[in-house]
Amino acid sequence: MSTLNISAPRSPRRPAARRSNFELYSWLFMRLSGLLLIVLVLGHLFIMNILDGGVHRINFAFVAGRWSSPFWQFWDLSMLWLAELHGGNGLRTVINDYARKDATRFWLKILLYVSMALILALGSFVIFTFDPNISG
Amino acid sequence: MASTTAPPTGAAEGTGGSSRRGSTVYRGDLGMWSWVAHRITGVLTFFFLFAHVLDTAVVRVSPNAYDKVIELYKNPLVNLLELGLVAAVLYHALNGIRIMLVDFWAKGPRFQRPMLWAIIAIWVIVMIPGAYFMLQRNIVMIFGGGN
Repeated sequence: MSTLNISAPRSPRRPAARRSNFELYSWLFMRLSGLLLIVLVLGHLFIMNILDGGVHRINFAFVAGRWSSPFWQFWDLSMLWLAELHGGNGLRTVINDYARKDATRFWLKILLYVSMALILALGSFVIFTFDPNISG
Repeated sequence: MASTTAPPTGAAEGTGGSSRRGSTVYRGDLGMWSWVAHRITGVLTFFFLFAHVLDTAVVRVSPNAYDKVIELYKNPLVNLLELGLVAAVLYHALNGIRIMLVDFWAKGPRFQRPMLWAIIAIWVIVMIPGAYFMLQRNIVMIFGGGN
């Protein structure tokens, strides 16, 4: 009797899927930035809305006084970047969850990324180039 | 699908969850609503951030222009919206802490429900004086009283 000869089963060779850990890092980023934002944002809301008369004492001179200090410049710049990236990443997840068509998902994300770039650029520009003696 | 997501006899804590027979829609428990609220408050805050960076950018135009824009924030109606913003951000922050405890603390998942009640309690305790200090001036201005 001859033995049955069957080659070992194997799947056809194909290139390994290009895996990235992006979603893992994004998950981790949400938690790390969230932790920092708790201090930055709640502190900001407390100072601006509750402390010492709250919003009613805010005007150009108030902003000029705060941004004369590198501490508050750094505070606001970190808050701007962390909040925009944290919120943008959150909205990216929301778009991924609810957009039904690929085209809708694509264009909503383009809109999101453009708005994030605009806000980050404008906000950083304002903090770095603020001029307390601006005329007008 | 429905049989795996909603066991008829509540397992560890599922007695509060409602699942209608024949429906495949996930009707989660309290934890689902905390997630829904987390999304809504997050998206609203993100949209506010967009507007807020634009209005703050007016400091780069002129002191007068900025003072005019910031005057809007002192309007009683907008003041009320600011209270809503603080309420939303505070919930998002507290629930964010709860999420991190569920993720990184070994006992977190077991205590997710009492932790939700705890953050709701903290939220109420902080919001009462917060609302008082934020609205006080406009309420006095509208309804008179004193100087």
